Amino acid sequence: MSELKGWRELPIGAIPFKLSTEFKTGDWRTFKPVINQEKCVKCLQCWIYCPDMAITWDGEKVTVNYDYCKGCGICARECPVKAIEMVKEE
Amino acid sequence: MAQVQTQIKGRVMGLNGDEAVAWAVKQCNVDLVAAYPITPQTIIVERFSEFVANGEVHTEFVPVESEHSAMSACVGAAATGARAFTATAANGLALMWEILYIAASLRLPIVMAVANRALSAPINIHCDHSDAMGARDSGWIQLYVEDPQEAYDTTIQAFRIAEHPDVLLPVMVNLDGFFLSHTLQDVHILPDEAVKEFVGTRKPVEVYVPYLGKKVPLVLDPDVPLTFGPLDLYDYYFEHKMHQIEAMKHAKRVIKEVHEEFAKISGRRYGNGLVVPYGLEDADAAIVVLGSTGGTVRYVAKKLRKEGYKVGVLRIRAFRPFPVEDVLEQLRNVKVVGVMDRSASFGAQGGPVFLEVRSAFYDVKEKPIIVNYIYGLGGRDAPPTLIESIYKELLRIAETGKVEQLVKFAGVRE
Amino acid sequence: MSFTFNIKELAKQPPKLLPGHRLCAGCAAPVVAKLALLAAEGPTIVVNATGCLEVATTIFPYTSWNIPWIHNAFENAAATASGIEAAIKALKRRGAYKYDRVNVIVFAGDGGTYDIGIQALSGAIERGHDFLYILYDNEAYMNTGIQRSGGTPLGAATTTSPAGKVIPGKPQHKKPIADIVVAHRAPYVATASPAHWADYVRKVKKALSIRGPKFIHVIAPCDRGWRFDPSLTMEVAKAAVDTCYFPLWECEKGEWRLTDRSLVIAKNPQLKKPIEEFLKLQGRFKHLFKPENKHLIKELQEYVDMVWEDLLKRVGLKVS
Repeated sequence: MSELKGWRELPIGAIPFKLSTEFKTGDWRTFKPVINQEKCVKCLQCWIYCPDMAITWDGEKVTVNYDYCKGCGICARECPVKAIEMVKEE
Repeated sequence: MAQVQTQIKGRVMGLNGDEAVAWAVKQCNVDLVAAYPITPQTIIVERFSEFVANGEVHTEFVPVESEHSAMSACVGAAATGARAFTATAANGLALMWEILYIAASLRLPIVMAVANRALSAPINIHCDHSDAMGARDSGWIQLYVEDPQEAYDTTIQAFRIAEHPDVLLPVMVNLDGFFLSHTLQDVHILPDEAVKEFVGTRKPVEVYVPYLGKKVPLVLDPDVPLTFGPLDLYDYYFEHKMHQIEAMKHAKRVIKEVHEEFAKISGRRYGNGLVVPYGLEDADAAIVVLGSTGGTVRYVAKKLRKEGYKVGVLRIRAFRPFPVEDVLEQLRNVKVVGVMDRSASFGAQGGPVFLEVRSAFYDVKEKPIIVNYIYGLGGRDAPPTLIESIYKELLRIAETGKVEQLVKFAGVRE
Repeated sequence: MSFTFNIKELAKQPPKLLPGHRLCAGCAAPVVAKLALLAAEGPTIVVNATGCLEVATTIFPYTSWNIPWIHNAFENAAATASGIEAAIKALKRRGAYKYDRVNVIVFAGDGGTYDIGIQALSGAIERGHDFLYILYDNEAYMNTGIQRSGGTPLGAATTTSPAGKVIPGKPQHKKPIADIVVAHRAPYVATASPAHWADYVRKVKKALSIRGPKFIHVIAPCDRGWRFDPSLTMEVAKAAVDTCYFPLWECEKGEWRLTDRSLVIAKNPQLKKPIEEFLKLQGRFKHLFKPENKHLIKELQEYVDMVWEDLLKRVGLKVS
């Protein structure tokens, strides 16, 4: 249970003091995308279309960041070589 | 820090209240003026546009398409670290109402001159305080001036008050529409250098941002990811409002300090900056008043004193934050206080100033009888004869101890 | 001047919009913002009108913005941007600003643009401020619960224009907002789609290279409000363009040009799909397929065709 700050501890001007990267939206999803790296042609369409910046490109490989992926399925739908499959979460 | 000097010699110009404000803005190194014309503020904007068109100021003048956009542009500008100013009146102030709250909550040191004018309907372009009083909860500091000289002095002080790190609240400089905005006075203008030194440049306050691991200026800086104006749920809004409440407390002190500092360079003083008393040491009856009527009341008080009556005046200069301590101190020994309100609060027991003064005295054991005179709505004149009749009535109440009517409407035709 | 770019190069930038925001799964709005920020090089300040994007990315104490960002109110994004742009000019004038040029970008929904925001937008354009206004159009006031806006198309069901027995959806057509901006003679106006991302990124780059007020109207399909599976967002956007419901064009200093898929369709009219291909994908148009409402589909098709023909004339392409 997190302690909420009192008014004396908050920055003035109501400036948010945490980045949303601390808020994991991964638990929203029912289905998760699984990338078949062999089929992947590294076109980066999945990276482009992901609304959650949950697909990362490190210069070599495309990876899903499951901390944030909401399972919308756009990546799987748009992949031109059908390298992504939406798999039901356990 | 400005050097402590005795009265600096400036020059005297014949200016009306609006022009006096425009001159103050000219000298204060303002970066942005975004305004929309509305009588009786128009001259402020017109005069300033001339300064801009003639290259006398570096200010960017944005002729916005409405008052709502005027305040919105000021918010954007102030957030960028610039010094921003606007002016309005009546329905213009009403139109920007939601943004007033936003400006105060985002802690932006915007200065705005309001040429107090009655709110519609019916449409009335003349003076009363209904516009500024309608915004009394917005979180803005509100100062009310008595003459064009004070309008000039106070506008300059306003930037220092607003930008003070313990305050960081926008400041509204109220001058009575037409009575001050359009009335000429020999205004003493300080030399450009003196004003420039007094106001300095805006120095944004620093705030510690955990995800940056350091303190950064509270501004929109392309190199610093700061978020202005987030969504608050019920878990944080209340705490954020406490910041503003706290800032208002500091404002009382800062208004006095800045006023004192300005008095040293100009030689002009307005009471202690929060309230301007006259003849209250031994007064039987006193009038509490805001704005230009304060001058008329003082004139009548002096006249009555010569005739042997013990009367006094308390002109409230800072209405927000409300100077509770000063009001109590000044009026403590008075027998009867008549609070004059130039606006009505429909459905309330009396006018806004009356309610605040009365509330201030509630916990005091020995307190004066406090009555209310709502007057001057829509520019209805309050001549010395009216003020004198009020004083005579207050003295009668002092004698008999009886109040026939708590709230009266001075100057209306029944 | 060409605005080519390498997506893999752009992908190396640190993200300006961070994950962990709370927009719906499948929402197009963050893609619209992400792609625009990808295109924006150099110092950037964002002004966001009240709406889905603003609310879901800044729930205190979290923020998803890795760049300076301000939210003022609903209808004044353009006025706020005017103030920022003007302030920067003034600060530069007195030698107190470190950058020569800053990208001032507004993100506003159809809510804050078509209706309540149109005054501020019009004023800002008339005054010629140097900023880019990006309208992410999800065709209703989505954040407050899918109420109709001036951007809602004919026949669409929203919570304030429900598909009722007497009135089947919104009775009015979509306001031609981009045309209104062109009529203001803004130096650059364009339409774009997140599904046609290369065209969109190029348009943002071009816009930012021009001084003055620029406007890009981006279609932003909303899986909640338009009622389709979250995975179909880009497919719906493509259908919008393929049916010429939302043609992709740009107008630079009064010169009109079709771009990307819309240009292809103009040259190959047989590729233009009937409006049903767009409507059938969305639950908000489901009621139009009932026999008593079919005339509305016809009306919508006629309207789309009329606008498309008009566009073809403007770009000087013959209608075959």
